[in-house]
Amino acid sequence: MVDFSTIKIDEIQKRLLQEVADLHEVPEGAFNIRANGQSAARFSTANIEIEPKTDVSGLDIRIAPGTKNESVHIPVVMTQTGLTELVYNDFFIGEGADVTIVAGCGIDNCGPKDSEHDGIHRFYVGKGAKIRYVEKHYGSGDGSGKRILNPGTEVYQEEDSTVEMEMVQIKGVDDTKRTTTAELAAGAKLVVRERLMTHGNQRAISSYVVNLNGEGATADVVSRSVARDDSYQKFDAKIIGNAPCSGHTECDSIIMDNGRILAVPGLEANDVDAALVHEAAIGKIAGDQIIKLMTLGLTEQEAEEQIINGFLK
Amino acid sequence: MLELRNITFDVNDEGGEKEIIRDVSLTIPDNKLVVITGPNGGGKSTMARLIAGIEKPSSGQIFLNGEDITELSITERAKKGIGFAFQQPVRFKGLQVIDLIRLAAGQRLKVVDACEYLSKVGLCARDYINREVNSSLSGGELKRIEIATVLAKAPTLAIFDEPEAGIDLWSFQNLIEVFQRMRENIKDSSILIISHQERILNIADEIIVVRDGRLVRQGGKDEVLPELIGTASAIPSCRVATEV
Repeated sequence: MVDFSTIKIDEIQKRLLQEVADLHEVPEGAFNIRANGQSAARFSTANIEIEPKTDVSGLDIRIAPGTKNESVHIPVVMTQTGLTELVYNDFFIGEGADVTIVAGCGIDNCGPKDSEHDGIHRFYVGKGAKIRYVEKHYGSGDGSGKRILNPGTEVYQEEDSTVEMEMVQIKGVDDTKRTTTAELAAGAKLVVRERLMTHGNQRAISSYVVNLNGEGATADVVSRSVARDDSYQKFDAKIIGNAPCSGHTECDSIIMDNGRILAVPGLEANDVDAALVHEAAIGKIAGDQIIKLMTLGLTEQEAEEQIINGFLK
Repeated sequence: MLELRNITFDVNDEGGEKEIIRDVSLTIPDNKLVVITGPNGGGKSTMARLIAGIEKPSSGQIFLNGEDITELSITERAKKGIGFAFQQPVRFKGLQVIDLIRLAAGQRLKVVDACEYLSKVGLCARDYINREVNSSLSGGELKRIEIATVLAKAPTLAIFDEPEAGIDLWSFQNLIEVFQRMRENIKDSSILIISHQERILNIADEIIVVRDGRLVRQGGKDEVLPELIGTASAIPSCRVATEV
């Protein structure tokens, strides 16, 4: 095991690691910590191998078939202003494996130039394998340079595999364009829970294209978001049923101040037995909710915070 | 002790469904369960909302334990000890029952202590404590949780706005028992219930009748209730409230 003190990262980077990966010390299992474009520490296990790519920047992560109850952490932290990087991480998950993958990116930009991390994650999920993928994005620093994150996620699911994705971006990212695509074979299951909060002049665009290609494939894509101040969000979720399958997409949003949200739920059925549903709702916090919490002794502002915290929980 | 002095409430907004109040003065003493009754649209709920600070009177003053609270906000009044159970409880996506009870208690109650309040309103605590306060709860469940939040707040003046609305007959008996227990443990606080159900009037110490925005009668239950039986101010619980 690696000693945390031997890893060459500074205090700000440590704080970012805590925000995006709940890491207070070196994680158990396999991991790679990327700081300012360099790998600061890497550790493979008997079942999980992490290798740097040779042609482009990024990692190949191979999880052996049947690996159970192991985890992979691959957090990224950036503290150097003006740094732009494009990283490709490929995950090969063997048949029957059951693992948790924690990604996430934290940017602290105190400088005048934009900092940008574009991460392309590709998941090749073997038959019957199950993964839980957690991705948190966080920005801090008061420089005039923007903190930009453009994650691209591609998921290829073989038969009877399960992918649960939890994507969270609550604070500090100025500009984000998130693209997620998924291809599901028979019996495969995809569950996405996205939570997003934008403030200031932030912009966030999140789009999904999920193809249900095999009989019994299911997808459930749910986004909850809050747009405050002058921020803008676009949620664009499309589920395509190409076989007897079921899909559900839901976008539930709170707007505040001058926030703006565009929800574009899309369904395409190319099979008579494809059952697809979408729901979308956008609205401000109900006045009654605030009044109720005020009668419990909260101020108007505390009431708003509680309502939003609950909504994004 | 709560005192209203010459409270008047005019409705300015066009098409508003708010009731008006005309020059009402009354006192809710400590250690008493008081029920305000009267026909629908007569101003009962508006009076409750004026006391909680949700509405501000056009003129007149409100005193809580001798202090003028007329200009205080909802929050400030809540901190001074006023609790309010809504006629139509509010739903919150994501907030759990335990969150609401903890907010009401003003402290991070242990789960087992929070469960106490749910048991008191006849809910099986284990089944509800982690439920979201959203549309998956029925009107009756929500209503009991609303009452549980007021119990958790332990107010010196607890106001219940038509607690029987949306509650089925079977739960109704349970509700009466909840109020009877509160009455037994009143300890220098007071309870104000807005209702026109005969069985709730029957557990009152005092009854106030409000009609057309005016206080028309205030007195002990034994004195006032017999005059009300058979009117819209005291409806037997087995009859649906058809308005006059």
